[in-house]
Amino acid sequence: MGGQWLPIADIAAAVQAGKLKAVDLVEQSLKTIADKQEYQAIIITLDDAARARAKDIDSRIAKGERVGRLSGVPFIAKDNFLVFGADTTAASNILKGFVAPYQATAIEKLEAEGAICVAKANLDAFAHGASTENSDFFTTKNPYDKTRVPGGSSGGSAAAVALDLAPFALGTDTGGSIRQPSSFSGTVGYKPTYGLVSRSGVVAMGSSLDVIGPIAQTVEDAALVLDVMAGKDELDGTTIDRQTDYTDLSGDLKGKKIGIIKEHMADGLQPEVRTVVEAAVDKLKAAGAEIKEISVPSVDMALAVYYIICPAEVSSNLGRYDGQRFGFSDHDAQSLDDSYMSSRGIGFGKEAKRRIMIGTYVLSSGYYDAYYKKAQLVRSKIIKELHEAFEQVDFLLGPVSPTTAFKIGENADPLQMYLQDVYSVAANMAGNPAISLPAGQSNGLPVGIQIMAPQRADKELLAVGKQVEAVLV
Amino acid sequence: MAKLTREDVLKLARLARLKLSDEEIDEYSTELTSILQYVEQLQAVDVSGLEPTNQVTGLTNVTRDDVVKDYGYAPAELLKNLPDQQDSQIKVKRMLG
Repeated sequence: MGGQWLPIADIAAAVQAGKLKAVDLVEQSLKTIADKQEYQAIIITLDDAARARAKDIDSRIAKGERVGRLSGVPFIAKDNFLVFGADTTAASNILKGFVAPYQATAIEKLEAEGAICVAKANLDAFAHGASTENSDFFTTKNPYDKTRVPGGSSGGSAAAVALDLAPFALGTDTGGSIRQPSSFSGTVGYKPTYGLVSRSGVVAMGSSLDVIGPIAQTVEDAALVLDVMAGKDELDGTTIDRQTDYTDLSGDLKGKKIGIIKEHMADGLQPEVRTVVEAAVDKLKAAGAEIKEISVPSVDMALAVYYIICPAEVSSNLGRYDGQRFGFSDHDAQSLDDSYMSSRGIGFGKEAKRRIMIGTYVLSSGYYDAYYKKAQLVRSKIIKELHEAFEQVDFLLGPVSPTTAFKIGENADPLQMYLQDVYSVAANMAGNPAISLPAGQSNGLPVGIQIMAPQRADKELLAVGKQVEAVLV
Repeated sequence: MAKLTREDVLKLARLARLKLSDEEIDEYSTELTSILQYVEQLQAVDVSGLEPTNQVTGLTNVTRDDVVKDYGYAPAELLKNLPDQQDSQIKVKRMLG
C-alpha cells in the first residue's frame, strides 16, 4: 500500500521547477479521495479553496516566484484543525455546521510554504477514542481490512495516508492518537515534544498533554512537515523554541543505545505483536545498535494517571460548548439553564459525556486530593523514572499498541478501548517525543513499533527513526 | 471503592450541565464506576518526596503585552457562528424564572 506519491521534497521541487503542476496534484488527490470513498476517511473535501490555491501557486511559479518548501503539496487535516472558511466539526454533532473564522497556526505555516489543504479527516469526536467509532458521523475503515478499525483518534488521517489520498496528513496526539492509528494503518506517525508545535486553532482536549504532528509515508516526509510547523507562536503560550534543523537526519544506528521497556513487553501484549517487535529488535541489534532491557516500573500506572488527568482537562475544555456562542443549540429550551443542559445533552456523544463526568468527579471537592492530585503526583513519578532511564540509554523502544487493528464493534466496553493506549500515554505524561514506525505485518495487518526520546531530542529521534526505517523496510 | 449510584450520576450531570436520558443514567453509573475502580490502583503508589506535575516543559508565567492586536477578522464573520443574535450581540434564553 502507498507509494503513489513521490517524497514530499521531490514533489515540491518538481512543482517549483515547473515539471509538475499544483492543479494536477490537487486533482489527483481529490480523485483518489473520491475513488476510495468507501473507507470513509474524509468528512469534507475543500475542492474550491484547494483548486484556487493551486492555481495561484502555479501562476506565481510561472512568474518566477519561489513559493516554498511544500510548493503544491496536497495534505489532509484532521477535522479538529481550524481551516479558514471550512467546516470544523471535530466529528461532533455539537460543532456540526461550525465554519472556522480563522485558522490554526500549523495550517498557516504549511500554507506559507505552499502546501494545500484538500480535505478534513474523520476522528473520534473531540479526539476521544482509539478507533474512530466514537465519531458522531461514521466509522473509518482500515485500509488493510474493511471490517476493522484504522485506529484513532486520528484514524481518518492515518487511513488517508495509507490510502494515498495525499502525501501527508495532520493528526493530534493526547494519549496515542497519532501513533496508534499509524501502527494500525502502516504509516509513520510523529508525536513531537510537548509545545514544539503551536496548538492555536486546534480544538483542545487535554491541554497538558495535547500535541499536533504529522502522519506520513516516510520519516523524511514527517521530518520536513515538522520542520515547517515547529517553533514558538505568540498565540499559544505553551510553545517552546525550536532547537535545530529537523530535516538533518544524518547519523548511524551503530552504537546507539536503545532500551527496551520491560513493562511494555510483559503480559497483555498480543503474541503476534510481540513477535514483530522482537524481530525488529533483532534487526537493530544486527545493524549495530546496543540493545538493553530497561525497567520503568511506574509506566504500568500511566494509563490510570491518564484517565484522571485527561478527563479532568476535557471537562474544563469542553465547558465552552454551551449552546450559546457557536455550534448546536436546542432552540426549544425554555430558559438559559435548560438550553445549557439540553444543548450539551443532545450535542455531545456518549464518550464526550463520559469523560466530562469523570473529569467533573475527580475535580470535585472531596475527591480532588484522592484522584486528581494523586494522579499529578504519580505523573511526577513516571517522569522521574523516564528521566533516569534516559540517563542510561538514548532511546526507549517497544510496541505502540498491545494489538493489531481490531474488528469494528469488538471493543464496545469503554475501559477495554482505553487499554489501547497503555503503551503510548507515558510519552504524553512526560511531554517526550515519540514516533510510530511500521515494523512488519501479522496476518496481513500492519504492526508498529514506538521509539521515545527525551524532551527536545526531536531531531535525534527523527534521525534514529530514519535509520530504523531503513533496517526494517 | 467508588461506586456511583443513579443519584451520583445525576448530580455530576447537573454540575456539568448535561441532560441525560434514563437509560444513559443507568449506563453511566455502571461505566463510570468501573473506570473509577480502574484508576483507583493509583491509591497504592508511594509518592513521598514528589511534587505534583502541572506543566512538563518548565515554562512559567508566559505573558504578553496587554494590547489589542488587529488580526483583520471582520466582526460579521466572527458572529456568523452564533446560534441566535440580535444587534450584533449574543441572544440567549431568559435567565430568571
